[in-house]
Amino acid sequence: MSTRTAIQPGSSETVAVPRSGGLSLPFDPVLLLATLGLITCSLITVADATVDDIPGNPHYFVTRQAIYFAVGAAAAALLWRLDYSRLRELKYATYGFLIASIVAVMALGSVARGSRRAIDLPFFSFQASELGKVLLVVSLAAFMVDASRRLADRRTTSRILLLGLVPAALVMLQPDLGSALVFIAITLTILFVAGAPWQHFAALGALACVAVTLGLVVLPAAGVSILHGYQKDRLTAFLHPSKTADKAGYQQNQSRIAIGSGEKTGRGDHATQTKYNFLPEHHTDFVFAVVGERWGFAGAALVLSLYALLIWRCLRILTLSKNLYGALVAGGIVAMLLFQVFVNVGMTIGIMPITGIPLPLMSYGGSSIIATMLAIGLLQSIYAQGRAAAAGKGRVLTF
Amino acid sequence: MIEPAGSPGRAGTPTTPQLALRVAILGGIAFALFAIVFLRLWFLEVLSGDQYRQQALDNRVRMVAVPAPRGSIVDRNGTPIVENRPATVIQLDPRRLPAGERDAAATWGQQMSKRALLPKGHRGEPIPIPAPATPELKLRFARLAAALGVAPARVQENVIQQLAVLPYANVRVKVDVPATVRNYLLERQRDFPGIAVERVYLRRYPLGSTAAQLLGTVGQISPTQLGTQAFRGVHQGAIVGQGGLEHTYDRYLRGTDGVQTITVDASGRAKSSRLARQPRSGDQLRTSLDLGLQKTGQTAMANVIGSGTGTAGAFVAMDPRNGRVLAMGSFPTFDPNVLARPITQAKYNAIFGPKAGAPDFNRAIAGAYPTGSTFKPITAIAALQKGIITPDTPVDDPGVFVAGTQKFYNAGKVPNGVVSLRRAIQISSDVFFYRLGSEANPLGPVIQTWARKLGLDHPTGIDIPGEAGGTIPDRAWRARQNAKEIAYEHKHHTQCPPNCLYSDKRPWSVGDNIQLAVGQGDVQASPLQMATAYAALENGGTVVRPHLGLAVEDDTGSPLQQIDTPPARKVTMNQGDRQAILDGLHMATMADGTSADVFQGWNQSAYPVFGKTGTAQRPPRPDQSWYVAFVPNKTRPIVIATTVEDGGWGAQAAAPITCLMLKNWYGQKAACSPGKSKTK
Repeated sequence: MSTRTAIQPGSSETVAVPRSGGLSLPFDPVLLLATLGLITCSLITVADATVDDIPGNPHYFVTRQAIYFAVGAAAAALLWRLDYSRLRELKYATYGFLIASIVAVMALGSVARGSRRAIDLPFFSFQASELGKVLLVVSLAAFMVDASRRLADRRTTSRILLLGLVPAALVMLQPDLGSALVFIAITLTILFVAGAPWQHFAALGALACVAVTLGLVVLPAAGVSILHGYQKDRLTAFLHPSKTADKAGYQQNQSRIAIGSGEKTGRGDHATQTKYNFLPEHHTDFVFAVVGERWGFAGAALVLSLYALLIWRCLRILTLSKNLYGALVAGGIVAMLLFQVFVNVGMTIGIMPITGIPLPLMSYGGSSIIATMLAIGLLQSIYAQGRAAAAGKGRVLTF
Repeated sequence: MIEPAGSPGRAGTPTTPQLALRVAILGGIAFALFAIVFLRLWFLEVLSGDQYRQQALDNRVRMVAVPAPRGSIVDRNGTPIVENRPATVIQLDPRRLPAGERDAAATWGQQMSKRALLPKGHRGEPIPIPAPATPELKLRFARLAAALGVAPARVQENVIQQLAVLPYANVRVKVDVPATVRNYLLERQRDFPGIAVERVYLRRYPLGSTAAQLLGTVGQISPTQLGTQAFRGVHQGAIVGQGGLEHTYDRYLRGTDGVQTITVDASGRAKSSRLARQPRSGDQLRTSLDLGLQKTGQTAMANVIGSGTGTAGAFVAMDPRNGRVLAMGSFPTFDPNVLARPITQAKYNAIFGPKAGAPDFNRAIAGAYPTGSTFKPITAIAALQKGIITPDTPVDDPGVFVAGTQKFYNAGKVPNGVVSLRRAIQISSDVFFYRLGSEANPLGPVIQTWARKLGLDHPTGIDIPGEAGGTIPDRAWRARQNAKEIAYEHKHHTQCPPNCLYSDKRPWSVGDNIQLAVGQGDVQASPLQMATAYAALENGGTVVRPHLGLAVEDDTGSPLQQIDTPPARKVTMNQGDRQAILDGLHMATMADGTSADVFQGWNQSAYPVFGKTGTAQRPPRPDQSWYVAFVPNKTRPIVIATTVEDGGWGAQAAAPITCLMLKNWYGQKAACSPGKSKTK
């Protein structure tokens, strides 16, 4: 592996750290491997699931997905070559752009399935909340670093929490419950990694319990509803999917049938749940069920292993970061990926409610793909900078 | 952990013990979440995968029945009365219709089912059939309609109605099209896209109206029939027997429909299909009918009624030994072929309405009439068995019988002088039987008991539905009728109109019993019941259970199962008494007997005829003509009951028909001219 980045022939000692101005930069090969593996899985699965979706154009979705990956990869490469730490200085800009883009979507966006989540651009529809996840990680980590000396102060925790909750509340209004939950997960994880006191988390936990009780039990009883009816149905349908097979539980039921019917090695071309459209959203939210039906436990386990690899590398990079900012960004990305993977996969196998969260790097969709690729690029940048700092105690910037 | 070789370790990273702990916790959480997902996946895919595999299969497969040809119905000699005829059905493949049309059908179906949930009377107008989805489709339907000779709106109606129910199945546009039309359509696939041809089996009646009322029709199983014991295992939409033999023997005739499995997608569109089970054709039913006798009876009755004697009628010919029905007819009649295809309500009403004389009403079993003098042998056996008279008790017949203030006359008030039982039956003396009725009345329901023993007052149990029970009036019956009338008045606060026919609220009187003794008044019986009663007299007391079904056979005619119909019961009677009545019945067809002139020239020594005329008064209508007769014979005994509504004297209309049937049955030559006897 080291040979790839070696710049001095014959010097087996040399770490893959380029000097300033060089073209090579260290990168995490395992992270790259996991990413490429997931991209491959995504392309194969999306191609397979959507063959019959658009008559006469069997490659419509997979072509687009490949373009999204290409664009995402280019953006990731760009980020990798930049020192991520500079983003810290842009915290107001990134945070401002995050809020502005969500508000813009709410004002200008197109309505799809009852919620306003995206702005239609000529080539694809821009889903602000997807990019917002990365923007939130970058900006919130910066705010956190600024406050890292006053960690014990309750106000610090509240301020960071508030900064995370504002975009969460905004996407909730779209309504996009899933993204709101991702935002909250990111916020909490950044606080956690930064070292916020345990008491604060205990207090937050208690507060959350009260809020959930109020939101789901007391207020509806009093006639005020926080969640839409369909959202509540979705959140509770997974508890008894067969009973509600015609309504909210339909998708989940079909998804479980699809995955279960895959058995050990999958149904291959006889995957009727996907082929005959019983499985809804089979290239987006339920793409994991397609994997489960077509390639069985073997395929699903492979995809999950790739995610496990990804998460492990994130955590590893977190510890390798040259500064707190990098660690916090890596922590936020861990939260973003882990939460989305667990909730999405959990939804397809019937242990989590349907919340409309895509499976990062697998689900079809430009916004999600590009945002996740940006996150991967950031990780590589943290890795590169961390390695460089370890080797040369200096900042590395290749541009 | 993979790291580039020669890594200088972790120097430079700001890892503190606190951060390490928190990262470890994050890692632990991640590990736990992945463990949960893996375990759940293992459970779903490996442990219960087969169960979900089955659910996935059920999801996509729909079953469609492939109709099995029904079994034929044949006469005793194997001549088909009902058989199958393959017919071409022109269908439309829904996949070749525009999506808009399918959506319109689905919407229409949803609206209709919503409407069906409303209470009756609040549903408003039916949802109108939407117009064809595209102008192109409209043209297509118009072309198809013109080729098939149906209205274009009818094509659209068929498409919408059927797609609303079964979105993936082909739509039947027209049943039974000629081969030329079929070929025309198939040769022009370009003009008629999505045309599919299916073969179905329709019923065919090669003998036209022969035995029309006995056969019944076939039709889709009704919601009330679905799930009953008789139709166990029959699926919705199946064609089953409705009425007649088709109904009774449906489970043999219907066969087993095949199954076609159609693979569908989530919106119910067919992707592929496969014949999963071959249809098995139904078995053949052999009946006891003798087509020669049947046709003779029907022709004779049609001729008699056609000549202006009577308006309607029925006959039953039966083997008195075992109740096998040899012939059974009802006039007016119809050609069941008209029912083998779809028929409009207007056309149906024109053919089967009351104005047409209700030709599908089987008067032989469902017509309950006063029997007139054909009842007299029953009165006779009751009186003899009870000891009211002996066969030789002389009774003076001055032409009138006085009971209290009421006077009962012979027909034409003719005095017959002193008569005993045999002579009384021969010349049908009313006064003789009036006296028996009068004398039996204080002894309780003597005549009634014997009438019931011999098979009257309740259905005989013949193997086709729709039988009338008839009426044998007695004291208890009259009390019940009075109670009904009083209940009616209580409920409606008005007098029961004359046509409610309950009673006139008078108590049972001797007059009722006197009327009963000669088969008048409230007595009602069907020709089949009279034939059963006379068969018991002929065979010495066995009350048979009449039946038409003889055996179930496969389609080549080899028997699979005999239909066993044991007699309903045995009645013991004094053989001397019975012989006296038989003597009287035989005398009635000879010398100056009531039907002697009808059987003039008949070979009485070879085929002695035992017959009784009946002329029932049904004011305000003309009299009803009856004749019940039997011929004892070692190999071919027969009992025939014939009645002609508004046919006048028994010897005039009913007896000649019976004579002609006997003539056919025994291959005799006789004139069978209408008799001139003016007796009841």
